[in-house]
Amino acid sequence: MSETPAVVYPGVAAPSTTPATPRNIPHRGGPENPTASALAAQFKDAVRRVTVVWGETTILVDPAKVLDMVKWLHDEPSQRYDFLCDVTAVEFRDAEVPLEVVWHLRSLPYRRFLRLKVELQKTGPLEVDSVWSVYKAADWLERECFDMFGIKFRGHPDLRRILMWEQYREGFPLRKDFPLRGRFSRAEQLRQALAANPEARYSMDELSIAEAFEDLPQEMRQRLGRGEKTGE
Amino acid sequence: MGLTQVSYSPETQESWVATKLDFLVNWGRANSLWPMPFGTACCAIEFMATAASRFDLARFGMERMSFSPRQADVLICAGRVPFKLAPVIRRIWQQMPQPKWCISMGACASSGGMFDNYAVVQGIDTIIPVDVYVPGCPPRPEGLLYGIRMLQQKVMRERMSDTSIRTEMEPDPSSRLYIPAPTIDELSEPFGNSVNQTRSTV
Repeated sequence: MSETPAVVYPGVAAPSTTPATPRNIPHRGGPENPTASALAAQFKDAVRRVTVVWGETTILVDPAKVLDMVKWLHDEPSQRYDFLCDVTAVEFRDAEVPLEVVWHLRSLPYRRFLRLKVELQKTGPLEVDSVWSVYKAADWLERECFDMFGIKFRGHPDLRRILMWEQYREGFPLRKDFPLRGRFSRAEQLRQALAANPEARYSMDELSIAEAFEDLPQEMRQRLGRGEKTGE
Repeated sequence: MGLTQVSYSPETQESWVATKLDFLVNWGRANSLWPMPFGTACCAIEFMATAASRFDLARFGMERMSFSPRQADVLICAGRVPFKLAPVIRRIWQQMPQPKWCISMGACASSGGMFDNYAVVQGIDTIIPVDVYVPGCPPRPEGLLYGIRMLQQKVMRERMSDTSIRTEMEPDPSSRLYIPAPTIDELSEPFGNSVNQTRSTV
């Protein structure tokens, strides 16, 4: 893959080679995304493994370097990964297999797709740097990941639950040790759910004037008291 | 001795009807139920089909969807209710004035359906009292109409002298549950394929 694909800027006519649906892609060992070698040249040992499955390149990287890498992929003119598709996590059933955090990046100008992964040992703290400073789209994606898996994103401006309610106490539902029906009895679940104030889920701006202020978690009240405006 | 001429001809008589007040009130209520649609999932699509021209809910006096609970008579819960929505549906029910009724439409609203998991209420009857359950996944419009007809029959059987059915059910102030916790656990018992799943602590 030595050829450099043509850059497509918004508002400019598409290049003569219009993209076609790829066919006959091998399961493994297909052509690698050229970003992988560029990333390896830039970050050396922090790139740990590159795999190509069904034509999609997955790069396993050092958790400490992931923010630098995403920043570089976003800013570097020859890469320009300007779209964060998804942030999610994968947990495997076996306890010794580490938990994976996955970033899906897309470069619209170069028509490239890249999957970044880091491995977090379940015995250690589940913490990784937030990419919110690069992609604002990471805000809710990381909140969802925190809500479902309990992964803490360092540097996230507003890391709290997004799908479950704020006062949810049962844990992180998509973890393998989480029982499907939850940890509490149905009556206890219902009691806790009914205790939640449905109006305690406004934006931070609205919350500062809402009657539901007293029902908010302590941490949110402190942040509101400091005058923070970042939130839903 | 003078005889008073009394005419019985229909043209000169004012029309009148004798009936029971119960019947009259119930007849009026049963045929002008204003539904409060609480649609959360695919059942709401069937509910919309029921309200649209082909099945025409207006034939039964329900053409006026009341999107404000204070002007509504019957809460139609169409779809699954997650725990996050439990306080919402409870508050909507409390905002509705008496007399009021509730139809639980579909398997999920009635029992949690296939969603026997950590996030879904196992039947809205654990939150609010329900008058008619409509089975189905989702129920066809005919099924919902049948449930509405059943509700109308139930309304027709009410007696104004019996005020107990119109008393507001007050939930327990501390737990906010209106039925005892063991009953809720019993109502939410797993069934079907999910009996083998376990809960780590109770």
